[in-house]
Amino acid sequence: MKLLLQEIHDKAKNEVKDVFELKNLKDLRVKYLGKKGEITQILKNLNTVGSDERPEIGKIANIVRSDLESLIAQKEKELEDKILTERLESERIDVTIKNKRVKPANLHPLTIVTRELEDIFLGMGFEIASGPEIETVYNNFDALNTPLNHPSRDLEDTFYINNNIVLRTQTSSVQIRTMRDKKPPIKVISPGRVYRSDDVDATHSPVFHQLEGLVVDKDISMSDLKWTLETFIKKLYGQDIKIRFRPHYFPFTEPSAEIDISCFVCGGKGCRVCKGEGFIEILGAGLVHPNVLKNCGIDPEIYSGFAFGMGLDRIVMRRFNIDDLRLLYDNDIRFLSQF
Amino acid sequence: MLLSMKWLKDYVDVSDIDIKEFCNRMTMSGSKVEGYRVEGQELENIVVGEIIKIEKHPDADKLLVCQVDIGAGENKLIQIVTAAKNIFEGAIVPVALHKSKIAGGVSIKKGKLRGVMSEGMFCSVSELNLTLNDFPGAIEDGILIIDKEYNYSLGQDIKTVLGIDDIIIDFEITPNRPDCLSVIGLAREVSAVFKRPIKYYKSNNQDIKNNNIINNIIKVTNQEKELCKRYIAKAVKNIKIKPSPRFIRERLRSSGLRPINNIVDITNYVMLEYGQPIHAFDLDKINNNNIIIRKATQDEKIKLLDGVEKKLNPDVLVIADETRPLAVAGVMGGEDSGINKDTKTVIFEVASFDQESVRQTSKKLGVRTESSSRFEKNTDGEFLTTVVDRICQLIKELEAGEIIEDHVDINNSNNIKQEIKLDFDFINKRLGEELSEQEIKDILANIFIEVKDNKALVPSWRPDLMSLADIVEEIARFYGYDKIKSKKFNLSINSIAMRTDRQKFKNNIMDFMASQGYFEIQTFSFISPKSYDKINLDKDQELRNSINILNPLGEDTSVMRSTALPSMLDVISKNYNNQNQEGNFFEIAKEYYFNNNQDNNNNFAIEKEKLIIGSFGKKYSFYDLKSLIENLFDWVEVLEPEFVAQNNNSVFHPGRCADIYINNKKIGTIGQIHPVVSDNYQVGVNVFVASLDIDEIFNYRVTNKLYTPISKFPSVTRDLSLVCDKDLPVGVIEKLIQETVLDILEEINLVDIYQGEQVEKSKKSVCYSLRLRNSKKTLTDDEIDIIINRVLEKLRTIDVYIRQF
Repeated sequence: MKLLLQEIHDKAKNEVKDVFELKNLKDLRVKYLGKKGEITQILKNLNTVGSDERPEIGKIANIVRSDLESLIAQKEKELEDKILTERLESERIDVTIKNKRVKPANLHPLTIVTRELEDIFLGMGFEIASGPEIETVYNNFDALNTPLNHPSRDLEDTFYINNNIVLRTQTSSVQIRTMRDKKPPIKVISPGRVYRSDDVDATHSPVFHQLEGLVVDKDISMSDLKWTLETFIKKLYGQDIKIRFRPHYFPFTEPSAEIDISCFVCGGKGCRVCKGEGFIEILGAGLVHPNVLKNCGIDPEIYSGFAFGMGLDRIVMRRFNIDDLRLLYDNDIRFLSQF
Repeated sequence: MLLSMKWLKDYVDVSDIDIKEFCNRMTMSGSKVEGYRVEGQELENIVVGEIIKIEKHPDADKLLVCQVDIGAGENKLIQIVTAAKNIFEGAIVPVALHKSKIAGGVSIKKGKLRGVMSEGMFCSVSELNLTLNDFPGAIEDGILIIDKEYNYSLGQDIKTVLGIDDIIIDFEITPNRPDCLSVIGLAREVSAVFKRPIKYYKSNNQDIKNNNIINNIIKVTNQEKELCKRYIAKAVKNIKIKPSPRFIRERLRSSGLRPINNIVDITNYVMLEYGQPIHAFDLDKINNNNIIIRKATQDEKIKLLDGVEKKLNPDVLVIADETRPLAVAGVMGGEDSGINKDTKTVIFEVASFDQESVRQTSKKLGVRTESSSRFEKNTDGEFLTTVVDRICQLIKELEAGEIIEDHVDINNSNNIKQEIKLDFDFINKRLGEELSEQEIKDILANIFIEVKDNKALVPSWRPDLMSLADIVEEIARFYGYDKIKSKKFNLSINSIAMRTDRQKFKNNIMDFMASQGYFEIQTFSFISPKSYDKINLDKDQELRNSINILNPLGEDTSVMRSTALPSMLDVISKNYNNQNQEGNFFEIAKEYYFNNNQDNNNNFAIEKEKLIIGSFGKKYSFYDLKSLIENLFDWVEVLEPEFVAQNNNSVFHPGRCADIYINNKKIGTIGQIHPVVSDNYQVGVNVFVASLDIDEIFNYRVTNKLYTPISKFPSVTRDLSLVCDKDLPVGVIEKLIQETVLDILEEINLVDIYQGEQVEKSKKSVCYSLRLRNSKKTLTDDEIDIIINRVLEKLRTIDVYIRQF
């Protein structure tokens, strides 16, 4: 009996060794370890063995069985690994192939820059306001203290719908609406579309974009204005930019200022772009004229404020080195896809 | 405004200050320097020489060989060969030496002319960058012969001798500072910036006494006292018309004016100096010696100094005599009453005209002059007699005529000196600085503002100073904008700033569209009225009633668009015709309509923000755009849209257009552009567009999202194979299934649509796969059968049946 077990054991070991297919391995497991397998049969028939031999034979049979089980499991693992490796190898692909895909497009450069500016101002606590483009003469000019004979009111400069209605020439009309609708403190910016009667050329467009800002509260001063604009400009153009505030005139602010930054081409040395000055103008600003506050029902004795405004199109052009304003409104896909 | 530094020096001496420093400090004080020009900069190595001897060229008839003394002594004459005809021995001429530069940067070198050495060149007026107006005696194509009136020494630099060494500064003058459109005005600013004294001319006309009585010479009647507040007429007789002296010619030229003759030049010179326009009449041309200030009559005509005849109307103020207008007040004089070489007696007009009237007249007649541009910005009315004095002084200095004592002065002005109450605390609060009372007073004194009893007395030339805010600016200007500290501030109430939900919503839409391959475009808000025909809009369509611009740039940009489709189609057309095979675009575009219900707000127009989507290209279909919109709505979390076939929109292909609804509210349209419209826009491939109302979609956002527990119970899938009329939109079937199954319907998918041999000709087969799940229990087959039967029952009511194989 012992011998028989030894024989079965050796035979089985050899057979397992020579198996190359999972299926055959399965057959072997049935052949030796299955319900009717050779080892199982011996274990089942232990009662036919003499009682003195029985424990030993049983022990040996169990050893043989567990040895075969582990051999088969090991072989099974081996074969499975081999199959997986072969499968993975057969599934190898050329990862360098460029697949057809929906390419993402992008926003218009004007939107890209407007959002960037909005984000800076949001970070500084400015809310974003908007208003209609078809505006009253009152909101666009009168309330902004624009003298009746100011040339900006001329038919040559402003698009009129009728005597009282214009296409807004500046987003300042949003400031008027904001001041009328809200009580101070006010801290808003108003980006938007504006219109002036200019023929289209490389630097002019009858439709363009502005971003204006307004702060109204008690004791707002030129100092506050300077801090706000310096902080904004440095965030936009970097800490090294040189900033210059100089007096100017606007009907709706007093004192008024124009803000120059060091020329982005020559860095301040003076060149053709900055006409030798070393500076280029980017912003108009000032303290809100008392008449404007009064026109909006705000007492200029109690409150003061500052306002500023800039042309977005020029900032976009400088930002992306675009030399012709027309490109922004031509919408040629070869242009649009560059941003 | 061009300012000659030489002229400025008559009033304020800043000649020791570097020109760049000067410009910078002026700019920083508010008088912005646009640029400056150093005269004679390109002239190099040109000196004064005397022609000692002239001989004929041995080999050329037309050439002369000259020996020239250039100050190196009689033994060191230089030889110059020339073709000039107007030279003579003893003539003083400009000599461009070897290695010199003349006008235009042209280099001159020595060389042989027909075998004879020439060591330089004589210069004409134009070769020195000058004109005959600067040198009235010179000959255009001849050599400039330097007059004895110039102080020179041989060999001296020609620029110094002729005075072409001035620096001309170009100032940008803001409209609130008409006083700075004059030398004296700018001199006051310079004096304040550099804290240097200003010297005015002292009148020396007190000695003029003669027996002529002005009232016997000229009478003035003012019929328009509102439009002409003051009119002074000064007479000068025995006029000798001749060219002005050099300094006047030079300064006029530097300021951009052309010298003409002594009388005209004096009017221009004094105008530039004081900012007060002056006109000169020839007394002999004034009928009955009677000047009348009146309004023109309808269609009255006048031929102006520039030779152009203008038709006038009663809005125009004229200076007339008893028979005809002599001048358009403040704008330009008439040709036949102007100064000419035979003029014997001149009447100088120094007057104050209403700025708005001059502005309107200048605009209507299309005539803009140095005079009108000053009058329309307001001139200093108090200065008129000083101006008359200055004219007389120059007449005397130039020996141009005999001044007649006294003058006619019709004065209706009542200039009240502006007083502004000072509040030092207010000034500091607005500046954000702490200046002492004395510092503020010092700055005011510097700009000629006297302070009395805490009131600032504003000088007559500063009409722009009207309130304390204006004073704040003056203090800031001269304290220095750059010196004002910048200081972080907080609002009196703390608040945080965020984009509104609506702003975020719009940004979300834009980001999604771009991520899906659609480029954002920006188009003009105005279009051509012809666009409505071009997109095949029905003749009676309400959208054709768009808001028109009164003064458009052209017809192409004359109406505010009531639909942004033409803008999108233009862009598609342009790109298609630029050899692009395909393209996807979107725009957040405003559309503009009349606001018929102005109770809601005071706005004249309703401005609606639309999302316009457009794509062109062979590979695209209606369904691409449709699923894009469905995905967009998923992305921005809006309720599911419903697409309803629209066969009556003339802009679109009648079989490929749908209106888009949410909760039975129309929120947009999608479709393929009608082939006729594609043709109009010259696009040879299919074009798909959609238009969505952003505010409407925004209203259907799902805002209150809450978690529902994940069902523990299994789902069941059932397929439905149906047959229906081939024209029945499947959306109808789908909607009915959804409404019947309700919340246990987890998903419904259209598997297949089939038309062909297996089904009747007028029918189609439609296959749906439904996934059902009850969140509270496992669905039994019986329950499912009941539901499916209910669905089939409902479908039968619209003639949809289960397919029998």
